[in-house]
Amino acid sequence: MNEIFMNVGFWVLGITAVVASLFMVTRENPVHSALWMLLTFFAVAGIFIQLDAEYIAAIQVMVYAGAILVLYMFVVMLLNPKSTGFIKVPAKVILGSVVALVLFLQFVMTLMGTGVIKSAQMSGMNLPEGLSNVKAFGAVMFTQYIVPFEVASILLLVAMIGAIVIAKKD
Amino acid sequence: MSGYLPIVLFLIVAGGLGVVVMFVGAIVRPAKYEKVKFSVYECGMPSLDENRKRLNLRFYIIAMLFVIFDVETVFLYPWAVSFDMIGLFGLIEMILFIVILVFGYFYAWQKGALEWA
Repeated sequence: MNEIFMNVGFWVLGITAVVASLFMVTRENPVHSALWMLLTFFAVAGIFIQLDAEYIAAIQVMVYAGAILVLYMFVVMLLNPKSTGFIKVPAKVILGSVVALVLFLQFVMTLMGTGVIKSAQMSGMNLPEGLSNVKAFGAVMFTQYIVPFEVASILLLVAMIGAIVIAKKD
Repeated sequence: MSGYLPIVLFLIVAGGLGVVVMFVGAIVRPAKYEKVKFSVYECGMPSLDENRKRLNLRFYIIAMLFVIFDVETVFLYPWAVSFDMIGLFGLIEMILFIVILVFGYFYAWQKGALEWA
């Protein structure tokens, strides 16, 4: 019973995320795009909850749906972009997309055969007893994944300096 | 996981209520259109120019710096919770992390990105 609920939940959230992101990139009004992006973020947060990654789900809502969306809105308000309607897609681009899709599906099917995808199937984290979600996250983050963590600080530094260099004239 | 069932139910009921109220309202209310009904009453003054004004670029820098230090806090929180498991190693690691970001902070400060005037 629980399994069925999980699967239904996953499909609802997954389809919501995909459909909302498609709407996001096809809206003409940038504010509407931002609202669809908000829905995408919430759907992804729901998927994180299903994976027992509650801390990441909370961060997804607070940082992405809260802060980063506001940042995007600032950019929209700074630039005040006017839509000139849909971009005309040339026929050869559509043909190329179809070919790429077929190749992608073949690639996925081949991967399915090797069992690489299988290991990445949806499953809970199986937390050790008496260890909260955040604590488990921290314990792994600051020991096993120390290099990505320190690289993240460099990335943030680059983003900060980049923003200032772009925005400041002098 | 089952702790999230009330939230799912809440979302379904809240969404359903919105849809029901809209449909019932559309069926029940008389459809008499008047000019006054479409005015922006109780929404403040009618806007004088474009609603989406272009903002000052300074807002963007402040927002960007906010997001970056927000993300720093995201890392700080699990670090603090799991501190008894990672100990001195974790402390040094986090000091390194913060020092790298403080360089960016001083850069912003020195460039005058925090000045408003």
